[in-house]
Amino acid sequence: MYNKLIFEKSVAGANKRKLFNCDEKTVPEKYARKAKLNLPDVSEVDLVRHYQELARKAHGVANGFYPLGSCTMKYNPIINEEIASIENFRNIHPLQSQSDMQGSMEVMYKLKEALCEVTGMYDMTLQPSAGAHGELTSLMMIKQFHESNGEGYRNKVFIPDSAHGTNPASAAMVGYEVVEIPSTDGGFVDVKKLEELADEKTAALMLTNPNTLGIFERDIVKIAEIIHKAGGKLYYDGANMNAIMGYVRPGDMGFDVMHLNLHKTFSTPHGGGGPGSGPVGCTQELAPFLPNPSIKKNGEMYEFEDSDDSIGKVKSFYGNFLVNLRAYTYILSLGGKGLKEASENAVLNANYMKARLKEYYEMQSDGYCMHEFVMSASKIKDETGISALDIAKSMLDAKIHPPTMYFPLIVKEALMVEPTETESKKTLDYACDVLIDSAKLAYKDPEALHNAPSTTPVKRLDEVGAARNPILKYTEE
Amino acid sequence: MNIPSNLKYTKEHDWLEPLGDGTYKLGITEYAQEALGDIVYVELPEVGDEISAGDTLATVESVKAVSEIAMPFDCEVLETNAELEDEPEKLNVSCYETWIAVLKIYELEEVISAEEYEELIK
Amino acid sequence: MTSYVPNTDETRKQMMDVIGIKDTEELFCGVPGAVRLKRGINLADGKSEIEIRNIMRSLAAKNRTYKSCFLGAGVYNHYIPSVVMDVASTQEFLTAYTPYQAEISQGVLQAIFEYQTYICALTGMAASNASVYDGATALAEACMMTRTNNRKKVLISKGVNPEYIKVMDTWSRYAGLEMELVDIENYRTNPEDLKNKLNDNIAGVAIQSPNFFGTIEEMDEFEKIVHENKSLFIAVVNPISLAVLKSPGEYNADIAVGEGQSLGNSMANGGPYLGFMASTEKLIRKLPGRIAGQTTDSEGKRGFVLTLQAREQHIRREKASSNICSNQALNALTAAAYLGAMGETGLKQAALKSMENARYLQKKMNEIEGVETYQKDIFNEFVVKIPCFIGDLDKKLKENDILGGLYLGENMHLLAVTELNTAEDIDEFVQIVREVSAHV
Repeated sequence: MYNKLIFEKSVAGANKRKLFNCDEKTVPEKYARKAKLNLPDVSEVDLVRHYQELARKAHGVANGFYPLGSCTMKYNPIINEEIASIENFRNIHPLQSQSDMQGSMEVMYKLKEALCEVTGMYDMTLQPSAGAHGELTSLMMIKQFHESNGEGYRNKVFIPDSAHGTNPASAAMVGYEVVEIPSTDGGFVDVKKLEELADEKTAALMLTNPNTLGIFERDIVKIAEIIHKAGGKLYYDGANMNAIMGYVRPGDMGFDVMHLNLHKTFSTPHGGGGPGSGPVGCTQELAPFLPNPSIKKNGEMYEFEDSDDSIGKVKSFYGNFLVNLRAYTYILSLGGKGLKEASENAVLNANYMKARLKEYYEMQSDGYCMHEFVMSASKIKDETGISALDIAKSMLDAKIHPPTMYFPLIVKEALMVEPTETESKKTLDYACDVLIDSAKLAYKDPEALHNAPSTTPVKRLDEVGAARNPILKYTEE
Repeated sequence: MNIPSNLKYTKEHDWLEPLGDGTYKLGITEYAQEALGDIVYVELPEVGDEISAGDTLATVESVKAVSEIAMPFDCEVLETNAELEDEPEKLNVSCYETWIAVLKIYELEEVISAEEYEELIK
Repeated sequence: MTSYVPNTDETRKQMMDVIGIKDTEELFCGVPGAVRLKRGINLADGKSEIEIRNIMRSLAAKNRTYKSCFLGAGVYNHYIPSVVMDVASTQEFLTAYTPYQAEISQGVLQAIFEYQTYICALTGMAASNASVYDGATALAEACMMTRTNNRKKVLISKGVNPEYIKVMDTWSRYAGLEMELVDIENYRTNPEDLKNKLNDNIAGVAIQSPNFFGTIEEMDEFEKIVHENKSLFIAVVNPISLAVLKSPGEYNADIAVGEGQSLGNSMANGGPYLGFMASTEKLIRKLPGRIAGQTTDSEGKRGFVLTLQAREQHIRREKASSNICSNQALNALTAAAYLGAMGETGLKQAALKSMENARYLQKKMNEIEGVETYQKDIFNEFVVKIPCFIGDLDKKLKENDILGGLYLGENMHLLAVTELNTAEDIDEFVQIVREVSAHV
């Protein structure tokens, strides 16, 4: 009964959903499918139980603490779901006339305006589906900008060595050469090095601020100056926006173009890996290059408008509308002050955990962190053989999703902790106790940690075997 | 660490076994296979491929890393080890017995001796 | 004002004591004063849940939905079983992240694995990824997969959805993959034009069937032409149609992609949807994005993990073939639950009924004087010429709470139907067209 795939639960004739009487002869012989379809035949009750069983083997923010660094796993308010399920939002065909979707367009327009205010950007597109998609869009815009100025020869993109992997991958996709900027001991961008490297070939610098170590680039004004002086553009990776809302804005720091992750900072659910939404904002100078269409207000009416200088479309239609709708609901719920309160408490929670854990793990930054921090288990590893992975796995038994592991790449045995503002002191204390216990257990009984987790539906899985002999679908035996 | 003295090495952790006539067998060193961890896949070149200095000959993947074998010299691929398609783990088990390709190398550049290689990875 | 911060002034004070600060402002000392936003965010104060409901419901009321729908063009108003919506709103799936920690993410991973199996079953292909953003980006990613050192151009039929062509056009201008369009004739891809444009720089050829105009294309014939040129054949397909139409696997496509919206996902004003991607065994390691694989745990029990990760951006960085990291997991879950709920019989019924309705509508349109149709082999959509002012038709349809088709210009309309259009709906639509065109 249990631990089976839906295909293994199939019994011919069990699905009694009857919709219509149809005639297969409708399909001309020449075009008809001959191959078997191989869909499972299950009753509705078995289907419901199947997914309930799978749900029991999953862990979301709704199930427990999820301090996954860089992912901002904050609580996903239920009201957002209610709003996104309203018939008149859900059942609008994207090719209906604009007069049929003025409500949706008002949401898009007002969301865009609010996000511009939070980020200090001039204009914004809601089209990209995710952060990486937003990065790609931003880089296309930068490329288009340089080309329109007759400076298409600019081909270098600077990226700190602590950056997310999507940054270099996106830059390479648009044909830019990636130049890695080393970090200083404190984890900051090496400004001297950057100054040496910035030249007439500079297209852009891609930066996350606060950076992936959870610290604010204090030299940001100088960095912006260097890049702008060389004629390049500054791109802001908005993955860590949850640290700074209401305190400082990318636009004011000197960034020219940026993406946001609405599924991080603006509370839309991650859905097990998507859908996300990655709006791209920019300065007035870059605005003509935003994807088509952009949304404008004309009197009382909202209108889509195409720009001739636009990079074009990066996705069908107007973006992940129902995700954007949730984000707008969240912004309305919190308001300007509430967004600042969210960032304030995200930073407070991170610093609290950091303060409690600093005796047990090596913190990768001195002083206060922003909304997340990176700690290393390399001393524990050297002294006991217990790795960051073992510690992470032991947290699973405590029903906590572990922090991001082995990132950023510049830190050995890294654990990147981002508690978010929606966790209480009680939850943070519980997680700190679990992490402290594991650090102590590493010295007392390392074997117990090697064998963790023990309470999950499966034990540690053979990833090597999975990659050597890929089984990517069920095949009937 | 095992560094057979009869072989030549590149600074990118590959070994070369001279077969005479400017042809060489190429594989990865023990240092390289250890750094990569459990190898799960090897993307081999086509026989007859001409590889220019600086270009990639083959790609070796482990679960959490990927390494491109770049050639410091111009060469031509004479043969590839098809065994690796099904058993990439052989590069972990016996890295010096398991070759990746046989190459015709026009001018052997940037190649070091076993002693020099030992010094390099210290 | 709504707040989701659970800490009180008291607990916050206790936390600040442990950190050793008096005020949270101290934590922001690393932010240079020169760039600080001293005025705060200039947005209205937060609203209560009661106010939010009122505001959002009145916004929704400014949108208009219709009793019956004849608009398609790549997004379709199909039946969604009740159970599908329920599965898609399960909190465990909704609020999880990408399943990095396999041991507590078996539910999500198994759901993806099952989704991949469903997509392989429908398309007849060997492997599927965990989905990408939408049909348009799936095509762009598929084109990128075909690129080799020696072949750097793709051909795309003008019968492919224009939204996809626009997205691919953007990709081609920035990502170093040239693109050229293949002509259509009488709403079919022209094989002669395809042959003329093929050469040894062509990496891949993409043809959609049923195409944007609804015609079922001669995919067998195209496959031979494309493979003779040693290019890869990309089939852009409608997943519902695959219940009854020949699958890409049956005509030897190398890559099959498409829009998965119609598999249980609502039209949602344009998104979120999902793009599905499936390939032959040979191309598995070129597939972009997440892929779930089966393996065993340390006690020999079956389990699932994200696999073949060395293809991806977090390992390969600038060498990665694609920068994608999110998939559309929840939409893929929805699609899987839909296929489970419908089963083979249900899916066939939806497909056949859509097809029967389209033929019935086409036949009825043909009976009207002055109205012309052009295509013989259609699935659920076709082009029709209605000789009337578009404004008159639109007005009349709206008065009767009917959403008309896509206007293509010059009196041409693209009409789509699904299993949800009843015979009465269709007759009513036909009657309006008859009335309006008689007035011209």
